[in-house]
Amino acid sequence: MRFSVAIASRRRGLALGVLACALLPSPAEAHLVTTGLGPIYDGISHVLMSPDDLVPVLAMALLAGLNGPVAGRRTLFALTGAWLVGGMAGFLVGQTLVPSTITTASFLVIGGLTAADRRMSPTVVTALAVVVGLLHGWLNGAGIAVSQREALGLAGIVSAIFVLVAVASAFVVSLRIGWMRIAVRVVGSWVAAIGLLMLGWSLRG
Amino acid sequence: MKGRVSRTESWAGLKAGPYNSLLAVLMLLVSAAPAFAHVQQGQAQGFLTGLRHPVSGLDHVLAMISVGLWGAQLGAPAVWLLPVTFPMVMAFGGFLGLVGIPLPGVEVGIALSAVLLGLMVAREAKPSLVAAALLVGFFAIFHGHAHGTELPPGQSGLMYSIGFVIATGCLHGVGIAIGVVHKWPAGKAALRFAGALVALAGLGFLWRAFA
Repeated sequence: MRFSVAIASRRRGLALGVLACALLPSPAEAHLVTTGLGPIYDGISHVLMSPDDLVPVLAMALLAGLNGPVAGRRTLFALTGAWLVGGMAGFLVGQTLVPSTITTASFLVIGGLTAADRRMSPTVVTALAVVVGLLHGWLNGAGIAVSQREALGLAGIVSAIFVLVAVASAFVVSLRIGWMRIAVRVVGSWVAAIGLLMLGWSLRG
Repeated sequence: MKGRVSRTESWAGLKAGPYNSLLAVLMLLVSAAPAFAHVQQGQAQGFLTGLRHPVSGLDHVLAMISVGLWGAQLGAPAVWLLPVTFPMVMAFGGFLGLVGIPLPGVEVGIALSAVLLGLMVAREAKPSLVAAALLVGFFAIFHGHAHGTELPPGQSGLMYSIGFVIATGCLHGVGIAIGVVHKWPAGKAALRFAGALVALAGLGFLWRAFA
């Protein structure tokens, strides 16, 4: 009896240790692309070449589009605005403060909600967009500060996100054929699956 | 037309048209400078490895396509519910593998998935939606556990995961596309025959797993 209690206690300790390691803030990696065309273009390229930011942005646009034009319009401004605010705050603070593993939550939550296609109020979708924008923007801004790049890169990042969300959410809103909406849901399930695998990779280290 | 260039003329006397535009785009692509200074390494390689991995094993391919075939036979909503269920549960299996939780009899589970899914297609079985999703989801864990963690060192885990999930989804798509023949009587028979072949192949995998 005492032996099994000891094993359970040790397992709990191990699980806590793994969780703590996963939640430790990792050093910021801005990995901004150097295009040679200046910080604005570097920022635009960053979004297009970084799936850890690109996929949640597209998933957010799909979710907003599935929830109608009002949610789409609000998400367009909420996501980009929050990304900019989060980015500037992260740049000023200069530290990530949160573990980068937390970005997998965007994949899981947004992908899962897109796959489920449950009708949500535009306010809830907007609130989600604000959270995603603040989180990813903060990490981008802190990364830019750590790598001593120009903050103007944030303008490029936000511009690219604005265009992507506008095009993707408008496309989904315009879908009238049933199977095309289903295809959007399937893509949502893929995003959630990628998020779950990402979480596994993060925990594995 | 004085002072203006007509739509069929352009610079240097070349005629503008779709082919010239295409040629110009191709030339731009060919002359593109290599990308420098992107510090994330192993991205493209990770994506390609992930994309290639599900199609490199016949057991995985047959099971994925069978999911699509069965979905096509069952019709809506199973035709989309099964391909939505599979990647998510498969990723859960991959997650278990990545965090080191062992799963007994993975190879047997994968072989059994081909046998049972093949049988479902061969018999044109129509269980309840929940039962179909549970069956597909149960075997998805084995596929994810076996294949989701096989990332070569130095490659991006995120890109590997993206490639892996996309390839799996595309295999379901192939199954659903093939399943369109279910509309015709001859197609129905062909699908059932294909299901029987998958089940036989699954028996072969099962034999190999126990050997």
